[in-house]
Amino acid sequence: MTSLADAPPPLAPPAAEKPPRSPKARKRGRLVPYWLLLPGLLWLVVFFALPMIYQASTSVQTGSLEEGFKVTWHFQTYWNALSDYWPQFLRSVLYAGAATLLCLLLGYPLAYLIAFRAGRWRNVVLILVIAPFFTSFLIRTLAWKTILADGGPVVGTLNSLHVLDVTNWLGMTAGDRVLATPLAVVCGLTYNFLPFMILPLYTSLERIDGRLHEAAGDLYAKPFTTFRKVTFPLSMPGVVSGTLLTFIPASGDYVNADLLGSTDTRMVGNVIQTQFLRILDYPTAAALSFILMAAILIMVTLYIRKSGTEDLV
Amino acid sequence: MPFVRWLKHHLVVIAGLFTLGYLLLPNVVVTVFSFNKPKGRFNYEWQQFSTEAWRDPCGVADMCGSLSLSLQIAFWATVGATALGTMIAFALVRYRFRARGAVNSLIFLPMAMPEVVMAASLLTLFLNMGAQLGFWTILIAHIMFCLSFVVTAVKARVMSMDPRLEQAAQDLYAGPVQTFLRVTLPIAAPGIAAGALLAFALSFDDFIITNFNAGSTVTFPMFVWGSAQRGTPVQINVIGTAMFLVAVLFVLAGMVVGNRRNRQKA
Repeated sequence: MTSLADAPPPLAPPAAEKPPRSPKARKRGRLVPYWLLLPGLLWLVVFFALPMIYQASTSVQTGSLEEGFKVTWHFQTYWNALSDYWPQFLRSVLYAGAATLLCLLLGYPLAYLIAFRAGRWRNVVLILVIAPFFTSFLIRTLAWKTILADGGPVVGTLNSLHVLDVTNWLGMTAGDRVLATPLAVVCGLTYNFLPFMILPLYTSLERIDGRLHEAAGDLYAKPFTTFRKVTFPLSMPGVVSGTLLTFIPASGDYVNADLLGSTDTRMVGNVIQTQFLRILDYPTAAALSFILMAAILIMVTLYIRKSGTEDLV
Repeated sequence: MPFVRWLKHHLVVIAGLFTLGYLLLPNVVVTVFSFNKPKGRFNYEWQQFSTEAWRDPCGVADMCGSLSLSLQIAFWATVGATALGTMIAFALVRYRFRARGAVNSLIFLPMAMPEVVMAASLLTLFLNMGAQLGFWTILIAHIMFCLSFVVTAVKARVMSMDPRLEQAAQDLYAGPVQTFLRVTLPIAAPGIAAGALLAFALSFDDFIITNFNAGSTVTFPMFVWGSAQRGTPVQINVIGTAMFLVAVLFVLAGMVVGNRRNRQKA
C-alpha cells in the first residue's frame, strides 16, 4: 500500500514514449547485463576455461612427481598417447556410437508414444522416464550385474533366441556370457544415456501439429510414409540434440566399462582415470583428454553442419 | 490374420513399452534386492527374503555420513548454480550487448564436454594452486557443471515470457524492484525451479567429476563405487529404492497441486 502513496499522482497522461532518462541512468542501464553476467561468467572462466589452459600446458610438460613437472614443449607425449592407446580411442567411438544408435532405436518409439499415443497417461510415462534419474546411476548400473549374470534368465533367453550366436560372431560377446563383454558395456551405456535421447526427441515431436498427420492421411499416405516424409524430418532437431547428448558423455564414460566390462573393454575414460589418479602421469593424461576433446569437437561440428541444424544451441 | 494386424497397429505402443521396461528394470531389481539377505559380501544373487536392511538403513559404516555429505553439497551447489545461472539467463534473454555470442558458447561448452575432460582439467588447476581437495573443491566443481544446465532451463522459460506484462506493470507505476518481485519472478519461477531440480539431481548423482576432485572425501556415489569393489551392502539398495519412491511422490504431489491450481483458475 505504501507504494501507492509513493507513486506520482495518476493525473499525468500516460507517456506514449518512455520519459528520457538522465545520461547517468542510461549508462547504468547499459551496464546491467554485465553486472548480471559477471559472477557466473567469472566462475566459468576460472573453473572451466582456465583449467583447460592449465591442462594444455600440462600436456607438453615432462618430469616426474618427485622432481616436479616443467614445460618442455614435449609434443611427443601426444604421439605416444595416440600410438599406445589407439585401441581404447577406437573402442570409445565404437561403443558410444553403438549405444547412441541403440538409444535412437529404443528411444524413438517411446518418445513417439508419449507425444502422440499416451493420452492422459502422458505425464505418468514422462515421470517414469525421469524418476530413475533420482536413484543413483551407480546403483542402477550395478543392478545390471544381477540382470546380466551368467546363466541368468536374460542370458538364457538371448541364448535360446540365438542372439548370442550373432553377437559372438560380431565379437560383442564371448561364449555363453554377457557380463564382462563389450555387449554388457554397450547395454549399460545405452541404458544410462537413454533419457538424454528420449527427452529432446519428445520435445521436438510434441511441437508437431497433429493436423499434419491428418493432412498426410488425407493425401493417401500410408502411416509409414507419413512417418518417413512428415514426422521424422520434423523431429530432426530432437534427433540431432539427442544423439549429441548421448554420444558425447558416452564416449568419455568410464563407469560402465569398469563395472560391467573387463580389461578388454577399457575406454579412453578408463585410461585417463588410471593415468591421472593411480599412475600420476599427468602429461599423458592431459594429452589423452585433449585428444578426446578435440576429436569430439571436430565430430560434433561436422555433424551439426551436415544435419543443417546449426541454430540448435 | 487379425493378430498380425493388431500387432502392426500397436507396434509403436509395444516398442515404447518395451523401452520403458528396459528403463525401469534396474529399479525393479534394486527394489527386489533391497529385501535380500545375501550370503557373502556381494548382493548380486537372490538368497532369502528379509526386511533387515529396511529396519536398519544406516547399519553400514560411513554410508549415511556420505549420504548426508552428498545432500549438503547438492543443496549448496543448487543454491549457487541457480543464483548465478538465473542472472546469466536474464542477461542473455533480456539484453542485447556485445560478446553475446561468445557468452553463449562459453555456456554451451561445459555441456558439450565429456565429464572426464572437465574433471581432469579442474584437478590440474587445483593441483597447480596447491588447493586442499575436499568439500570446497567438490562444491566449486559442482556449481561449475550445473551452471550451464540452469541457464538453459531458465532461458527457455524467460524467452517464452511476454515482455509486455512487465511494461504493463511499469505503466501501473510499479518500480523496477516491485515489477521484478511481483511480475517477473513469479512467471519465471517454473523455469528456475526446473533448473534448480536439475542441478540438485546432477550434483547429487555426479561421480566422475567428484571422483577426480574429492581427495579423500567420500560422497554417496563414491561410497557406492567403493562398495562395488569391496562388497555391496543391501542398504545401498534400500537407499536407491527410497530415492526412487521419494522422486515419484514428489512429482505426483507437484502434479496434484498444479492440477488444483489450474482448476481454480478455470
